[in-house]
Amino acid sequence: MQNAKTQTGISRSMLHELLVRAERLSASPFVTKSVYSIALAFFLLIVIAPAIAGILAQLFSLPDLKLSSEVVARMQSAIVWSFLIGLSVSSLDVLAGIPFAWLIVRRREHWTTILDSLADIPFVIPTVALGFSILEFWSTPSGIGMIFGADKVVSPGMLLIMLLHFAFSFPVIVRVMVGEFLNYRETFEVAARTLGASGFTAVRTITLPILRPGILAGFLLALARSLSETGATIVVAGAFENGTVFINNARGAGLTTAIVIASLLLIICSLLVFALTKILAPRIRIAPLRVWPNFEKRLSGRSSIEARNAISLGIFFVFVLLPCLFIALPAIMAMADGTVNEAIAGVGPWAGFWSSMLLSYVLALLATTINVAFGLPVAVLIARNRFGQKATKIIDALVDLPIIVPSLALGVSLSFFWSRLGALPEFWVLVLAHTTITYSYFVRAMTASVQGIAPELEETARTLGAHPLRVFRKITLPLTKYSLLSGAILVFTRSVDETGATSAVSKVMKTAPVLLVDWIRGNVAVTPGERALGIGFLVATSFVALVVLRLIALRQSRRK
Amino acid sequence: MPSISFMNVTKRFDKLLALDRLTFDVESGEYVCVLGPTGSGKTTLLRLIAGLLNPDDGTIFFDGRSVNTLEAHDRNAVYVPQQYALFPHLTVLENVAFGPLARNKSEVEAREIASKTLETVKLSWRAQALPGELSGGMQQRVALARGLASGADLLLLDEPLGALDARLRLELRHKLRELVKQSGMTAIHVTHDRDEAMSVADRIMILRAGRILDYGTPSRAYTKPAGIFVANLIGGASFLEGTVDAVTPDFSLIRMRGGLQIRGPSELFASDEPIILGIRREQVRILADKFEAENILEGEIREVRFLGSTREYVIRLTNGDRIVSRRFLEGKNPAFATGQRIYVSFKKRDVMTFAYPSQGLRKELEMV
Repeated sequence: MQNAKTQTGISRSMLHELLVRAERLSASPFVTKSVYSIALAFFLLIVIAPAIAGILAQLFSLPDLKLSSEVVARMQSAIVWSFLIGLSVSSLDVLAGIPFAWLIVRRREHWTTILDSLADIPFVIPTVALGFSILEFWSTPSGIGMIFGADKVVSPGMLLIMLLHFAFSFPVIVRVMVGEFLNYRETFEVAARTLGASGFTAVRTITLPILRPGILAGFLLALARSLSETGATIVVAGAFENGTVFINNARGAGLTTAIVIASLLLIICSLLVFALTKILAPRIRIAPLRVWPNFEKRLSGRSSIEARNAISLGIFFVFVLLPCLFIALPAIMAMADGTVNEAIAGVGPWAGFWSSMLLSYVLALLATTINVAFGLPVAVLIARNRFGQKATKIIDALVDLPIIVPSLALGVSLSFFWSRLGALPEFWVLVLAHTTITYSYFVRAMTASVQGIAPELEETARTLGAHPLRVFRKITLPLTKYSLLSGAILVFTRSVDETGATSAVSKVMKTAPVLLVDWIRGNVAVTPGERALGIGFLVATSFVALVVLRLIALRQSRRK
Repeated sequence: MPSISFMNVTKRFDKLLALDRLTFDVESGEYVCVLGPTGSGKTTLLRLIAGLLNPDDGTIFFDGRSVNTLEAHDRNAVYVPQQYALFPHLTVLENVAFGPLARNKSEVEAREIASKTLETVKLSWRAQALPGELSGGMQQRVALARGLASGADLLLLDEPLGALDARLRLELRHKLRELVKQSGMTAIHVTHDRDEAMSVADRIMILRAGRILDYGTPSRAYTKPAGIFVANLIGGASFLEGTVDAVTPDFSLIRMRGGLQIRGPSELFASDEPIILGIRREQVRILADKFEAENILEGEIREVRFLGSTREYVIRLTNGDRIVSRRFLEGKNPAFATGQRIYVSFKKRDVMTFAYPSQGLRKELEMV
């Protein structure tokens, strides 16, 4: 006992000594520059290069770029549809997500806290399972059609894709907006109210315009998800083609040229749309000084608020939560019969299930650790313009790349890149692939958070004699802890549920979602109950992990 | 304690010239106030000394050694920004102990220093509070304590009293100087409150548009201001246009608008040169009847302002010029009423004379 105590004492003082040395090292501008440079090199070489090098390499290895006019026409319309769907779904997300996030933040009650966690569920469902869930909910006799006695309510096709994209991008907006509302100082709104504005007017003319950067960030994230999502979209597309479905169909038909060109076009158009939105959005002013007092006063009334909340909740449950969880509902039955025992025993189809689960979580843990370690300096670098305005703008734009590239194309590119490098074991290829896939989420969250800290805090700490590492450790980090955790949560859940790109990269090793794809597609003979239970396990474990992490985050933020 | 020297220091932000070839010295242990309107470069000056900015040109010396390449954390120059920048997640004690800890004192030592410093600013009882729980005045004292405890020898105060209410500002400014002087630190105190600057500074530096207009003791800057802008900024005055008629060894004759003639000091102006006269408010006497004295002018009271211990009168002279007089409320100083016709007078040695500004008087007085 005594011994153990002195040992921890020694290791603590050693750690302290190490920290002091590291801090002293960080005093040299050369060392800090090096840290930033290494993180940047990691970003460019390990994250960005593999994401596009594969596509580019294939582009140059093509014998010619000829496509039949029929294929070109299909490709054009598919890409146009991608953007039409993406832009309209993201706009709907913003419209529906803001009142929902508002409800969560401004009504601090137990049930809204639970609602907050429920909104994360679509994050933790593997995308392919999500696709099937939506399909079964809207387009089969056992789905919502049962209520109306119809075979289906919505046929596979454009509208179903929109429903799907709405379901998985709605939580993105909610997550972003909850964070924004939590950080927002109400004084502005209070000032507006005391000047005679109704609650609705105050929010519309003051709060939302102030939070515009956050809304824009959420909109772009949702748009990126919609533009690049492949795994679930192909399930619900029917005969309809958007960009990613076209790429998938082209792969089936062996049209390599079409895949490469469509992927590149989609990436370039996305980057253009992103840049354009970032430039144009700050200039749009939606009649900020036009007020309709009576109408808006009525909207601010108690009954209007209740009606709005009811509609928000209704939209969330009918269009997001239920359709997403539908595929897991038979799991309740499976809990009652013997399936659950077989599952726990690892019999039959369950033989590889638990090792896949383990692989998924180990991957997620590693990807998260790597991204936190290498993403932090890049986030600070962007937030504080460390490498000058111009370079920062370019780096900032590149950060979005991994979420813009269609996930299937990303997977193809990654597997091409890493297989060329040869000797790397499959496990590490998977780790690096997941690092790329999830990179943007962490850096985006942290950049916004660091930008939110007044630079004077860091500057004052420096003039008080603190070396850069100490400033970061004692000032920046504690103040951004909540965002760091939520960024890490995003990375972790994305890694656990990612399907499209992972299936393109994996050869022998199967993550849980990739294994479940085999089950859903019927490649492995399983009953609907087993299938539902498998998905249920993944969703439940991720959800528990999520709640635990959120509780830790909450306690951390309360302690101070 | 270090002395500070600037040698031709220039700082640009893109195209904006924030500081233009600044050259000056601050003695060790001196308390210098930098006074100037918004945008004159005051904060930039502080940030250059702190090492948070680097000069585009020129050299900054501490004790004769160039510090251009020295990082902020090695300069021993602590910066106290306008809104104090108290670390919101640390308690008052932890905030104050941050500096000693950063300079490698042990935790016990750091706490001890912090507690002692909190005692000197009378805030020991709030040591465990978070900054958000303190009033503005307390926050200011914590920020000061944090600077004093840091072991730095240079204190850079950016509008340290700007966020406080007027009464507290008056109370704290002398306390501030006293604490700084006790610690022996060299202090640069940026403000746009001229009374504050006058009452606490050993020397005042007047900045305008990135240049030093005047630098000296408060009394020198008041009695012999370097230019119209400085005279107006420090103390204020009535500015009148005139032309030199004649210069004798004892006085100069100055012709004002409407043919009025007055006497001023015989300074280095030539005949027929257009000049500006500046007359401090408190140097202007008012009398109800004409009497024998230098420079007697007739006028009418247009406005009376009651200021407590003094009254201020705005007087319109017969030629249309305006002049302001400030009089103590004493028995022998009768009060005058608006509309009353009176006579004003001032001594010739109290007339400040300035060269006519190239861009006109109004432009010269603009606070930019």
